[in-house]
Amino acid sequence: MYNINCDVAIVGGGPAGLSAAVAAKKEGAERVLVIERDESIGGILQQCIHPGFGLSYFKEELTGPEYAGRFAEEAEELGVEFLLNSMVLEVNEKEGNVVCVNKEYGMTCINAGSIVLAMGCRERTRANIMTPGARPAGVYTAGAAQRLVNRQNELVGKKVVILGSGDIGMIMARRMTLEGAQVLAVIEIMDFLAGLTRNKVQCLDDFGIPLYLSHTITKIHGYQRVEGISFAQVDERKKPIPGTEQFIECDTLLLSVGLIPENELTRQTGIAISPVTNGPKVNQYMQTSAEKVFACGNVVHVNDLVDNVSTESLKAGKYAAQYAMNKLAATVKTVENVPGENVRYLCPQSLSISEENEKASLYFRVLHPESNVTIIAKSGDKVLAKKKALRVNPGEMEHIDFNTAEVEGDNVTVSVLKEV
Amino acid sequence: MKKEIICTVCPMGCHITVEGEGEQILSVTGYTCKRGLEYASAEFAHPVRILTTTVKTDSEKCPLLAVRSNKPIPKEKQMDCMAVIRGIQAKAPVNRYDVLVENICDTGVDIVATGVLK
Repeated sequence: MYNINCDVAIVGGGPAGLSAAVAAKKEGAERVLVIERDESIGGILQQCIHPGFGLSYFKEELTGPEYAGRFAEEAEELGVEFLLNSMVLEVNEKEGNVVCVNKEYGMTCINAGSIVLAMGCRERTRANIMTPGARPAGVYTAGAAQRLVNRQNELVGKKVVILGSGDIGMIMARRMTLEGAQVLAVIEIMDFLAGLTRNKVQCLDDFGIPLYLSHTITKIHGYQRVEGISFAQVDERKKPIPGTEQFIECDTLLLSVGLIPENELTRQTGIAISPVTNGPKVNQYMQTSAEKVFACGNVVHVNDLVDNVSTESLKAGKYAAQYAMNKLAATVKTVENVPGENVRYLCPQSLSISEENEKASLYFRVLHPESNVTIIAKSGDKVLAKKKALRVNPGEMEHIDFNTAEVEGDNVTVSVLKEV
Repeated sequence: MKKEIICTVCPMGCHITVEGEGEQILSVTGYTCKRGLEYASAEFAHPVRILTTTVKTDSEKCPLLAVRSNKPIPKEKQMDCMAVIRGIQAKAPVNRYDVLVENICDTGVDIVATGVLK
């Protein structure tokens, strides 16, 4: 087997992997290697040609290729190395290596001081949501269609229906319209929009594309190619209401029905996974239950803004480099982060408290929308941090910051309380 | 004329009502911040959008190049601009922010590359 030695090995060359690589280099790691299965770096951003990226990180509005380009150029200038067209098959935490297959070198073993998992996420498919009906060609996930349209010059259909009002679905509605296709409907099972209002205004309303809330597809029709779909209104239990069924003739169905962190490698390695995020549990260093292995980006929890992915991944890269150089602060005590009222999960899930004081940022999502709230982080009875927010929404990640030196108890609780 | 505008400046999504004629604004109600007032006024009188799309290339390996308008263009001109962009081909090499169409549809806006073509 071909062998490569490096200080930090990073699995995935998307926004998370690139940010981690940049930070690892800046922290002083000598050899940083990014392993990428695609033929080029940038990950999903390469096909996200629309604007809306970088508003919080770069303070300007960029498209996906521009955002990825900034990190890719910085990584190249810093001397990060890339192994493209390479599929990672195994991550061995005890031996500290990553095994991948590459066309040029064949089976390749990468020996590393530390490993960063940055595999991102993948789309939920028709099988995940069990849509009834025939199984003709013409049913795509929105992201797969986006790659075909934006990178491979293949318009996937002429008369399109989109299931799910996630951002990718709405952005594809505009994209297909601009390319001359007819988008007949966007159908959403919930009674609210899954994506951003801005995307409804600029991607659907601008082109007169109808949005059906509280509706779902009840049947896909067609023999070889999609010929149409039936859809109906749903009740409070999300069950189709008899008698409300309608038919739309179309040749293509795009699915924008959620994302799943891609953690096959993580599970195979035996790393602890959170049942809520479906990603590895991490501490504030983005370190997993296997001490040599760090993780960042959508593989940890699905983010809505790439800016947050970069911020989090810079940490993973920095601390992975420190670990590889034996410089990571020794843990004195481990503290669990516990979701309190109206908090679905906290990331990181734990804090490794060292003798040094550090600023910790806990990211979280609320369970339900609320306005005029107070966000409180507490350790025992001690308030670590407190802030007000005008509005919180499950679709938007929030965070609260505090100093680790102030943590007294065995856990930290974050609650989102309605002001009275 | 009365128009209801959903503000897209922040996630609050305020429903703002603007009354006026053409570019003349008589009243704006329902906004909760200054940025919302500015957005609704602009969206009423002169709505603009950043246009992003792709152009064909002369490269077999990389058949499309991502492009954007370097400034927002009038909303109603999006389809006219698409027709112009559809007719061009990018020839390698292209660097990020190279201009591919100057002053598209007399908007004073250029179409520039956001990707790179080697």
